[in-house]
Amino acid sequence: MALIDVENLKLYFMTRRGPAKAVDNIGFSIEKKKTLGLIGESGCGKTTTAMSLMKFIKPPGKIVGGSIRFLGKDIVPMADEEIRQLRGKEISIVRQEAQNALNPVLTIGKQITEMILEHESVSRETALARAKKQLNLVGISDQRINSYPHEFSGGMKQRAMAAIATACNPKFLILDEPTTGLDVVVQRQILVMLRNLKEELSLTAVFISHDLSVVAETCDRVAVMYAGKIMEESDTVSLYQNPLHPYSKALIGAYPSLKGARRQLKSIPGAPPSLIDPPPGCRFAPRCEWAQSVCDEEPAINVIEGRRVACHFVNE
Amino acid sequence: MGLKRFFLRKVVAAALTIAVIVCANFFIFRMAPGDPVRMMFRDPRVSEGSLELMKQKFGLDKPLSGQFVAYVKNLAQGDLGISFSQQKPVLEVLAERIPNTLLLVVTALIIAVVLGVILGALAGWLSGTKLDTFILTASVAMYSIPTFALGIILLLVFAYLIPIFPLGGISTPASGYEGFELIRDVGWHMFLPAFSIVIWYIGEYVILTRSSMIEVMGQEYITTAQAKGLRKHTILKNHALRNAMLPVITITGVNLAFAAAGVIEAETVFAWPGVGRLAYDAVSQRDYPLLQGVFMLFAFAIVLANLVIDLIYGYIDPRIKVGE
Amino acid sequence: MSQHLSKTNKLKEFLHLLLSHPMGFFGVIIITIFFIMAIFAPFLGTVDPAASGEVDNLLMPPSSQFWFGTDDLARDIWSQTIYGSRISLTIGFVAALITVFSGTFIGLIAGYYGKFLDEVLMRIVDFFMMLPELPLMIVLAAVLGPSMWNIILVVSLVSWPTTARVVRSQVLSLKERPFVESSRCIGASNFQLMFAEILPNVVPLMFAQAVLMITEAIYAEAVLSFLGLGDPISISWGMMLHSVFESGVISESYWWVIPPIVSIVTLIVSFSLLGTAVSDVLEPGYKEKKGY
Repeated sequence: MALIDVENLKLYFMTRRGPAKAVDNIGFSIEKKKTLGLIGESGCGKTTTAMSLMKFIKPPGKIVGGSIRFLGKDIVPMADEEIRQLRGKEISIVRQEAQNALNPVLTIGKQITEMILEHESVSRETALARAKKQLNLVGISDQRINSYPHEFSGGMKQRAMAAIATACNPKFLILDEPTTGLDVVVQRQILVMLRNLKEELSLTAVFISHDLSVVAETCDRVAVMYAGKIMEESDTVSLYQNPLHPYSKALIGAYPSLKGARRQLKSIPGAPPSLIDPPPGCRFAPRCEWAQSVCDEEPAINVIEGRRVACHFVNE
Repeated sequence: MGLKRFFLRKVVAAALTIAVIVCANFFIFRMAPGDPVRMMFRDPRVSEGSLELMKQKFGLDKPLSGQFVAYVKNLAQGDLGISFSQQKPVLEVLAERIPNTLLLVVTALIIAVVLGVILGALAGWLSGTKLDTFILTASVAMYSIPTFALGIILLLVFAYLIPIFPLGGISTPASGYEGFELIRDVGWHMFLPAFSIVIWYIGEYVILTRSSMIEVMGQEYITTAQAKGLRKHTILKNHALRNAMLPVITITGVNLAFAAAGVIEAETVFAWPGVGRLAYDAVSQRDYPLLQGVFMLFAFAIVLANLVIDLIYGYIDPRIKVGE
Repeated sequence: MSQHLSKTNKLKEFLHLLLSHPMGFFGVIIITIFFIMAIFAPFLGTVDPAASGEVDNLLMPPSSQFWFGTDDLARDIWSQTIYGSRISLTIGFVAALITVFSGTFIGLIAGYYGKFLDEVLMRIVDFFMMLPELPLMIVLAAVLGPSMWNIILVVSLVSWPTTARVVRSQVLSLKERPFVESSRCIGASNFQLMFAEILPNVVPLMFAQAVLMITEAIYAEAVLSFLGLGDPISISWGMMLHSVFESGVISESYWWVIPPIVSIVTLIVSFSLLGTAVSDVLEPGYKEKKGY
């Protein structure tokens, strides 16, 4: 059984001008101990999808259809109290480095032990010892257990976030742009740390990013999202070496390579469509080189050698 | 920066402010039209000889700079002049009245702050709901009504129309109450003036705490706390409230100036024998030395109270305690 | 031409949002009523409020002749109430005007030029803000003597620092914005930058401050008059309350107390509600939040 199984998920934002279809009928699954990458432009719905895996939906957003199964159990109909118990304990999240992601008036130690004590009935001493171990796990000296967030650098704050997020040995980790905004050196350190964590704790993860190179390094499979829909989903190597969907091709083609012949950077003309009034059929059609009249109809999902592609023209 | 340097900076700033207040006080009163001597000693019964002596003591026979020196010297020795309307040294008059004001103000402020913060935190936490709108509107109304106007209304309704409370003063005259009975009598007299002050203050604190709470709740670390699967009440206590309180503490210092206004107004309406009422008495008697003394007392008290609050804040906020 | 049009539209939009806000609506209605009262005072069945009347008519309760009764000098309280609106509104607006303009000017130059000028001006501002407002106003009014202009002066003197600080903060953040940079690059002078570029963006803030200051000024006049520091010639609502308090007949003359109290409270609360509405509407994102 896959750890995470999303089917026909629809998440709309109810605005005065009509529902904005931020996530429109998507589906994917993540096997145990695997990492799925979720890439796409800003506003394509990847963060919304990721947050929904923990049922973190900010109003006016609403799940209007579909299911999200965690270990077989659908979390969409769950009551608040039930999902609260899953959060932190089974499913955890590390978000983009924000100045204020950590409470400035509590020590790091307190922020870790607080979570442990909430979900497990252990003594304070045990929680404290585990908190120290968590810090070590992410590469921070346990001497810093009583430090405050403002004493940490940006990279250290991210590590602290990871230490907090994994304190209760969750089964699933959501990584929402965890390296965005950090300089390359720190980025590398964070990626190394994440890899260690994943191995140590046998984590299953979803990794959201708009940075293709980072995703290439860390993920087993990748799903490409556009305007609330998944365009292509495949294993990482195949996707990068041979992208099938026109959008994937354009995306990967737009990325400059350090090696190989120098070539003209290709950007994708146009802009993403309105989510309130999206184009009928394939949402990428208006910007697609190969678009034809049949693209006004919703493309079926073609499966080719374990890869899934939503395009009329990709079937063999 | 460390706590020590923070404290030092605040103490020095307070000392400087006091120095400037002393100077300003001197110059403001020299602006008054008329003979400064006659101004200070209005009582026509004072003989010329005594006037001459007073002139010398206060340096009024010397040029302005000399007067200033004499003024500072006298001040340092605690000599604030003589209140001719009270026939006593100003310092004595003030000293007599301070306890009464403190009683009134401290009681009112404690009640107002506690209630205001609780209601404000509630309103902020439940922002957007009907309860929140109700609390907010009520608070804006409470905060806008001038204290003296509210006092007069209360006086009319609850002391004249429906005589539940006394018409003024601090205790029933010549009653001979002692101990517990005295406390009850004073409390009964204190109710309406305290209520007038409390209403304004609650309004202010609700609005303040509410907006601080709303701002805190929009912060990233609240989302993080939710992602950790913490209970709502843990998030409220450890994450929301603790952070929302910080600006509230800071503003408390600034608000003390308004407490001064409230006290002056309430004491005047209810004839409560404190330093606020003294301001009214001094004005109606044109007793400038007394007025000067009252002003300086209020100004000093606020500077000192601000200093204490700044020091407390420095201790509570880890960003200052542990230094950035 | 289109620039002018968009400014009028912006104003229309602002007024529309303001009137849709419950507090704004209520505030505007009440304030308008008082304005009408003030403007049409001579036509509202009033006599000279300061004219003492017959000895027989001392302290009379309301009657058909004296709609609100008379005070202890046989003066018509209805007239005093109506004319009182003129005093409150005049002092409110004039003091607010002086405060906002001087405060904005100081805040503008302090924020724009920065460095030494800013340091000096802000030290002065800080000092003023440390002094308790009402005690300071009492002292200044006592020393300067009772007159309407002195009250206006005193109120302005005590209130300008707040406006200066608030304007300065905004100027500091506006100063760094791209549109200022680009104007500077094409050679605009300091004067032009300050007054043609930055100032227009400060206008909404000035407006919010103005409403706040009007509230402050009306309140200050009422308190100072109540304490006996008001202009004895013009009978403001505060002065009326002062007189009734001094006369000692407060318990027997409800008709004398109620009109000024109700007027003061209603006018001040209305301005306060308007002020809250204005600052809500000017909050970035308000339009969107209300779904426009």
